[in-house]
Amino acid sequence: MTTPLLEIENLHTFFYTDNGVARAVDGVSFSVGVGETVGVVGESGCGKSVTALSILRLVRPPGRIETGSVMRFEGRDLLELNEREMQHVRGNRIAMVFQEPMTALNPVFTIGDQVGEVARIHAGMSKRDAWAKAIEMLKIVGIPAPEQRAGEYPHQLSGGMRQRVVIAMALVMNPALVIADEPTTALDVTIQAQILELLAELTRRLGTSVLLITHDLGVVAENCTRVIVMYAGEVVEEATTVDLFARAHHPYTEGLLGAMPRVGGEKDRLATIPGTVPAPTNWPKGCRFRDRCPYSWERCESEHPPLYQIGGGHSSRCHLAEEPERRQHPHPPLAAQRGATAA
Amino acid sequence: MTAPALSRDAAQPLLSVRDLTKHFPIKRGVFGSVTGQVRAVDGVSFDVAPGETLALVGESGCGKSTTGRAILRLIEPTSGSVTFDGVDVRALDSGDLRKLRRRMQIVFQDPFSSLNPRMSIGAIVREGLTIHRLAEGAAADARVTELLEEVGLRPEYASRYPHEFSGGQRQRVGIARALSVEPSFIVCDEPVSALDVSVQAQVVNLLQDLQRDRGLAYLFIAHDLSVVEHIADRVAVMYLGHVVELAPVDRLYNEPIMPYTQALLSAVPAPEPGVKRERILLAGDVPSPANPPSGCVFHPRCQHPARDAACAKIVPPLEEKAPGHWAACIKQPPTTVSWELQRAGGGTNPPEFFLPRAALHRSA
Repeated sequence: MTTPLLEIENLHTFFYTDNGVARAVDGVSFSVGVGETVGVVGESGCGKSVTALSILRLVRPPGRIETGSVMRFEGRDLLELNEREMQHVRGNRIAMVFQEPMTALNPVFTIGDQVGEVARIHAGMSKRDAWAKAIEMLKIVGIPAPEQRAGEYPHQLSGGMRQRVVIAMALVMNPALVIADEPTTALDVTIQAQILELLAELTRRLGTSVLLITHDLGVVAENCTRVIVMYAGEVVEEATTVDLFARAHHPYTEGLLGAMPRVGGEKDRLATIPGTVPAPTNWPKGCRFRDRCPYSWERCESEHPPLYQIGGGHSSRCHLAEEPERRQHPHPPLAAQRGATAA
Repeated sequence: MTAPALSRDAAQPLLSVRDLTKHFPIKRGVFGSVTGQVRAVDGVSFDVAPGETLALVGESGCGKSTTGRAILRLIEPTSGSVTFDGVDVRALDSGDLRKLRRRMQIVFQDPFSSLNPRMSIGAIVREGLTIHRLAEGAAADARVTELLEEVGLRPEYASRYPHEFSGGQRQRVGIARALSVEPSFIVCDEPVSALDVSVQAQVVNLLQDLQRDRGLAYLFIAHDLSVVEHIADRVAVMYLGHVVELAPVDRLYNEPIMPYTQALLSAVPAPEPGVKRERILLAGDVPSPANPPSGCVFHPRCQHPARDAACAKIVPPLEEKAPGHWAACIKQPPTTVSWELQRAGGGTNPPEFFLPRAALHRSA
């Protein structure tokens, strides 16, 4: 990995709800290097989006980033900045691209105004300069006839065009890090290909780092150099993308890869992961995946696995790292043994 | 344009759709005068055999969901015919239509909005039994238990309400509801799109098991081409209200003929790191179905090297290019649109077979 741009250590983000404390992000550590594209994968409720919001300090009550969490970015701890400094970071140094472009855009302002607003607020540009900057950015992200499009409203654009506008807004200030949370999930596959290509090209050209949050392992395979797999509020595996696909270590990652149908792949019955994710207000002690795991044994119930280093920058939160022979004896997971408890 | 046989085999199809159209009027002004038509479905034809899965794929707005709903007359088609097991569906009055719906069911995409939040799971599954007078009292209770078990839910869940369930579990309830009336055909409208990958795999496996055990036929509407390859026997590709290609699944993925299908397949991300896939990047956006391009609806974005003025003029027929493999492209030989006709339409490039490597996922 290159020089770290962002280092997250021991991030805890909890939500204080009427039903108890939801430990949505529960001790997450990872880093993103300069110019690197890192993927964060996991299913609904694993904590990947809350991790993103935490980095930008956009978690709202009843959510709270707990003391002891550290988020070092460009040499400073983001958690020690005041709100004013944080706002500067948000617009200038870290930008966010959300899943649904329509919710990120204001329906009553033209797209030129909205892209230009970033330049006015964060670079103090005049209205006129900001408008010119907006047109320049719309051109960079491949919007045809940008002079004309700048005067249009979000509803006049297609979903793919709207996402381009959101990316234009994100890149106005040439940020060091773009956090993209499911940026193509709401888009069709041909548009997804265009948008990912665009992001890759722009980041290559500008040297921007990207934290790409997605549930789609295909998107990760093509776009990321490293991957972080999250489950139940924790990082359960981290590896280079090549390593993860060739030698997945954690049984959850193994399960995810098996459950994914592939074009051109074998048409065997899809592997499934029985059971469901436990509730964040009540994570089981020991390993959080053990009920759904085909290898679990007594130790998984009594001892919470640490993130074991298994060599070559590959780490896995699974006791199999110390007792690899257990992999030879899979059994039906507890969740499946309990009968019809399908997810 | 009526295709002679769009079936898997010569056997009697269960469902036969011919020249189906659904146009939505565009109304303007205080008097609501009609100023145009959105041609959401514009002349769609295909057959579904008993026990077969025909997938209907395409991107947002291509008309695939509207087609599914028009077949069941959940929305009234504008024209065309729908024949189900020999019965002309469009000629039925509401009473007979209701009876037929016992045999044609639908499972919706969104498991959150398609279940009534005020009804228990048991009541939701039981409703069809009551409406169609299939079972009452204890017999109906027993049937609900059976159905819940069949879709992998515990029978004691019958007294619970939809909000207590996860997305995947709700989708199972939707499937149990569809199965309750013992249909022979189910329209599955994006049934797994809203689910996480591990849960999606469970529901796909369930649909396949049910098909095997009950001989169900599915019209599987989806945009995810990897799920479709896994579950479908045949695939129909839609673009802007038209079926542009229809083929057995292996043929479609190994030798896509329509340039649009080729582009669609090339866009699917491959889960093999390090392999940089070539992409056919389509220029621009899908045109509006209120104002579709002339000739071939795909011609403004087409990457076929022989594309010429004839493509903008001649409406390509959905024709059989190889046994069982139908496609609508006058530049992919063989074609019934002769070179003379194409030249008369301004054509300058004779048809020549084109299959870019980027469209293929299996290494040759």
